Amino acid sequence: MATDTQANGPNRIISMVLVAPSLLMIALLFLYPLGFSVVSAFAESGSWGLANFYKAYQFYSRDILFTIVIVLISTALVGLFAIAIGGYLTLGENPRAVAILRWLYRWPLFIPFIVSAQLMRTFLAKNGMMNNVLIELGLLDQLQSVSFLDWRGIVVTFVWKQTPFVALLVAGAMAALDRTTIEAARNLGASRLRILIEIIIPQIATTLMVGLILTYVVIMSVLSVPLMINAQSPTMLTVDMAFRINSYGDYGVANALGIISYLITGIVAWFYLRQGLDNGGSPK
Amino acid sequence: MMTSRKNTFSLSLGISAIARVLILGLLAFVIFGPITNMLLWAVAEVWYYPHKLPLEWGFSFWERVFRPQGNAMESLITSVAIAVLTVIVSMAVAIPAGYALARGRLPWRNIILLLFLLPQAFPAVAVHMNIARIFYGLGLTGTVGGVVLVHALQGLVFAVWIATAAFSAVDPELESAARSVGASRVRAFFDITLPLALPGVLASAIFVFLISMDEFTGTYFVGAPDVVTVPMLLFTSSMEGNYQIASISSLILLVPSVLFMLVIEKFLKADVLAKVGT
Repeated sequence: MATDTQANGPNRIISMVLVAPSLLMIALLFLYPLGFSVVSAFAESGSWGLANFYKAYQFYSRDILFTIVIVLISTALVGLFAIAIGGYLTLGENPRAVAILRWLYRWPLFIPFIVSAQLMRTFLAKNGMMNNVLIELGLLDQLQSVSFLDWRGIVVTFVWKQTPFVALLVAGAMAALDRTTIEAARNLGASRLRILIEIIIPQIATTLMVGLILTYVVIMSVLSVPLMINAQSPTMLTVDMAFRINSYGDYGVANALGIISYLITGIVAWFYLRQGLDNGGSPK
Repeated sequence: MMTSRKNTFSLSLGISAIARVLILGLLAFVIFGPITNMLLWAVAEVWYYPHKLPLEWGFSFWERVFRPQGNAMESLITSVAIAVLTVIVSMAVAIPAGYALARGRLPWRNIILLLFLLPQAFPAVAVHMNIARIFYGLGLTGTVGGVVLVHALQGLVFAVWIATAAFSAVDPELESAARSVGASRVRAFFDITLPLALPGVLASAIFVFLISMDEFTGTYFVGAPDVVTVPMLLFTSSMEGNYQIASISSLILLVPSVLFMLVIEKFLKADVLAKVGT
């Protein structure tokens, strides 16, 4: 089969020439700056050392912790809501509610991060629509209303933006499952929640993990959301890096923070790969 | 006995119906509330605390930013120009790469495919600030060219992966048939394979276009303050507290994205989608 497809295809040398420009782009625009960041983080006046890391820890240890807490809470909430949405789309018994949910949940998917941040800047503000509706409904007193534009705002924005993406993946995987085990469990009287937890989730765990890891990396990468929602301390490492460069031109400490954020991301990738190896094969 | 059971049954049905309506209503509010709030700001003339709705409505901000020399018009032209150039650069490298990855004989093909994913696996800020530093030495910071290169890097994985999938979905028999009646390799590619792969290639071009339109981090480090795209205008006006202009620029970015959501299924057929990343 493989030889069939390739029989008339370009030979080895032509193939490599065709791929070369794109690989050159990755090398120059990604691998080179990546190497640059490592060198810059470990460099101190004339020699190598950990001074930048020490300074980064001294100034930003609180933000490192804060970043980890935010990314974990956000990713966990995205997973929870994605399973709830996917689960209802798969097991819901009211066709109209399922149809409404299917139409409703995708909207934030294609809304850019920077627009999401601006939407939440107005929605979650002290005079935002959320507080105003709660006050109108009599659930909140005008004097008690506060702005949610702090760590909660960052979490809300990331969850709002990323849940549809993971829900789309999860719902797709759930729809592809063999229905017979689900129907059998239903006939034996298992509740829908139990079917979701004991039968469906184990079968879509790989898809869920892929979605959550992508979400985790995205949250570690996006600058606009923390910058626009809450740039005051404590804030996320992305904001600290930008600040270190724009205010001090201090690439050493900024890159040390960069390496720390690679590590925070790398730990997850490592767990994922190890889990795949433990399962006796490469992760799908 | 029977009737009371029937009553509790219908009671629980009623409760679950109410719960369903409440939850869906809450979800609708959570999803559309922020969008509505932005729309209100886009048509508000005067709005301050503690008023729950704008005090004066109108389109004077629209007029101001959409004048030929208005800042929204200028940044929209910059954004579209950068996005078009980004698409040209990405497609120029992704179409040959996708064709070779789909049809060619490449050593370490899977590793090459994964290599394109790498920029997506690292926190972008840490890499982009170093790109900016390197570009500074080359005189590329604050230029459209520099911003185009950063955007092209962001879009490359989608461009290459979707192009590869699009070429994989074209039946190789058609190309060999063209070759056997005397068409040259280049002619067979441009007359047969490329037109057949075009819907997938177009989808990846639209994808890259939108990535470029929405890109913030790279533009923030490489382009600012000279290159003002729509996301940069949104950011600066929002930070200055000018929510009207921030909301109008949000709308400018929102409309193409939502349109894309509605048409993407037409472009990306299932046979291409199934081959993405393989």
